[in-house]
Amino acid sequence: MPEPILELKDVRTHFPLHRGFLFKRPAGTVKAVDGVSLTLRSGEVLGLVGESGCGKSTLARTIMQLVPTTGGAVVLEGRNLTQGSAEAVRRTRRDMQMVFQDPYASLNPRMTVFATLAEPLLVHRVCPPREVADRVARLMETVGLAPRFMQKYPHEFSGGQRQRIAIARALALEPKVIIADEPVSALDVSIQAQILNLLAGLGRKMNLSLIFIAHDLSVVKHISDRVAVMYLGKIVELGSAVDVIERPRHPYTRALVSAIPVPNPDIERTRQRIVLPGDPPSPINPPVGCAFHPRCPYAQEKCKAAVPPLIPDGPTREVACVRLGEI
Amino acid sequence: MSLLTVKDLRTYFHTRNGVYRAVDGVDFHLERGETLGIVGESGSGKSVTCYSLMGLVPQPPGRIESGTAFFDGTDLLHCTPREARAIRGRRVAMIFQDPMTSLNPYLRISEQLIEPLLIHERISRAAALKRGLEALEAVGINDAARRIHYYPHEFSGGMRQRVMIAMALITKPELLIADEPTTALDVTVQAQILDLIRKMQRDLGMAVIFITHDLGVVSGLCDRVLVMYAGRIVESSDTRTLFHEPKHPYTRALQRSIPSLQPKGSELFTIRGLPPDVSKPIAGCSFAPRCDFAVDRCRAVDPPLAEWKPGHLQACLRVQAGEI
Repeated sequence: MPEPILELKDVRTHFPLHRGFLFKRPAGTVKAVDGVSLTLRSGEVLGLVGESGCGKSTLARTIMQLVPTTGGAVVLEGRNLTQGSAEAVRRTRRDMQMVFQDPYASLNPRMTVFATLAEPLLVHRVCPPREVADRVARLMETVGLAPRFMQKYPHEFSGGQRQRIAIARALALEPKVIIADEPVSALDVSIQAQILNLLAGLGRKMNLSLIFIAHDLSVVKHISDRVAVMYLGKIVELGSAVDVIERPRHPYTRALVSAIPVPNPDIERTRQRIVLPGDPPSPINPPVGCAFHPRCPYAQEKCKAAVPPLIPDGPTREVACVRLGEI
Repeated sequence: MSLLTVKDLRTYFHTRNGVYRAVDGVDFHLERGETLGIVGESGSGKSVTCYSLMGLVPQPPGRIESGTAFFDGTDLLHCTPREARAIRGRRVAMIFQDPMTSLNPYLRISEQLIEPLLIHERISRAAALKRGLEALEAVGINDAARRIHYYPHEFSGGMRQRVMIAMALITKPELLIADEPTTALDVTVQAQILDLIRKMQRDLGMAVIFITHDLGVVSGLCDRVLVMYAGRIVESSDTRTLFHEPKHPYTRALQRSIPSLQPKGSELFTIRGLPPDVSKPIAGCSFAPRCDFAVDRCRAVDPPLAEWKPGHLQACLRVQAGEI
């Protein structure tokens, strides 16, 4: 089994809430990420799924140290980032890069492709300035863009091409880990497939480890080796992609999988679907015990008693549900 | 007679950078109680088609260049504003993709919800409010009596979409046009909203035009499907046929590029290139530059939308010639 490259140990990211304007009083906390432990192995693609507000983007930002951690440790190749100095964190970011959802918002509209891709090279002094143009051209080729577009601005590109630029920017520093936060959600199906192929191909070629965040389970299943399902700041199921999505065990994963419409009218019209009532609860005041119990069709008294831990279920899977053996 | 018959609809946008032929000759019809899906990528003209019917195309820069759209005997494109008002919002209602931007953030839900009733029916405020309350309950909003006085920001995304649906259906329309109503929502909430649309359709017996880019959603909801590409319909048939025997190369490619239908880990099938720029003249078939089956003829002859089998139309010269 390959070495772990990134380890999260009981990571917590809480945001304090205040009330009042001049004399601010604390008014609770949003527990956006609340005790997440994960390992990312070298060369692995880990999918992270969950509904909006479940904390998957905050987790990504926590790993990148773009938001301060409240507790726990983010360990990249043996270095604990939560304890490092700002300078150390900045150096570590060379090894970890991020691709964001909206390629319309994540690229500076006043910077040409060249300026966008050259900036990380110059900031981190990757190569002598005279070689920068060469490197940029090679980066563009890697992501399938013609280098002759180097002096163009983001608005001259389509959504898919912009996402390629964003991926090239993430690759500029030859990172070991890339965190892609919903990189294809804003794209059309045909373009989505192009970007997924690109990411999967790059991962293999450059031995990148990838954390792939999405809410589209079919996309996640396609690209990931393992999948983690988040609900309200916690991981409720973690295992191999095929296991989790084809044979989900946690009631929440089951509902999530059954909510995906199947593009086949014969199956779609006859299959049993679990339609969850209501919306995800607020992370400001989460339900006691298992956070999913108010929406869970299998909930019992004991689900309210304590937060269920992730327990192994077979060799390749962990599930956080106290009724696992019974349902 | 069909509830809605659209013939040769063309909606162009006249901008500084040229004329964008957003909808370029669209014909379709819709029966009472039927659910019609319109699928296509962004820019294929699926939304503009429906905006044209509802009179929501900003003019200028938009202009409806030609066409008729008869709704129960009235041409929506050429009727007087007075006739249009009697239909739009009462007999034909529309819901949109983003419930946050389509509700007025300054008005309480109650005000927005009963506005169509106050406009279209001779009804007192109190009676309208009572109907509003019933409408909210019908779309599954708990504690409606209290929540009807909330502002939109006090609702979650799924709840706002429910409010939008309640508002659209309060006048018991005969046709509901839903423009990607679940695209901005989580899958679990999407499942709730699709169930709700199905239930309301059964209760009211209305027809639905459902615009989406998600073939999965179409497969569960629609009786018939139109596939649009670059402002035209390239294929139309009943849902089952479209999924099992797609004919047009674009429909086939679209279906093949869905990740869930492909073996895991394999290279995903992609449609090469980009959709065409509809402000430039396109010679022949608009899909030809991206099509694996294109031959010289495809780049020269404009393919008509022709019947392949009864009820199954498609616009590919090579399919029509029996070559592919």
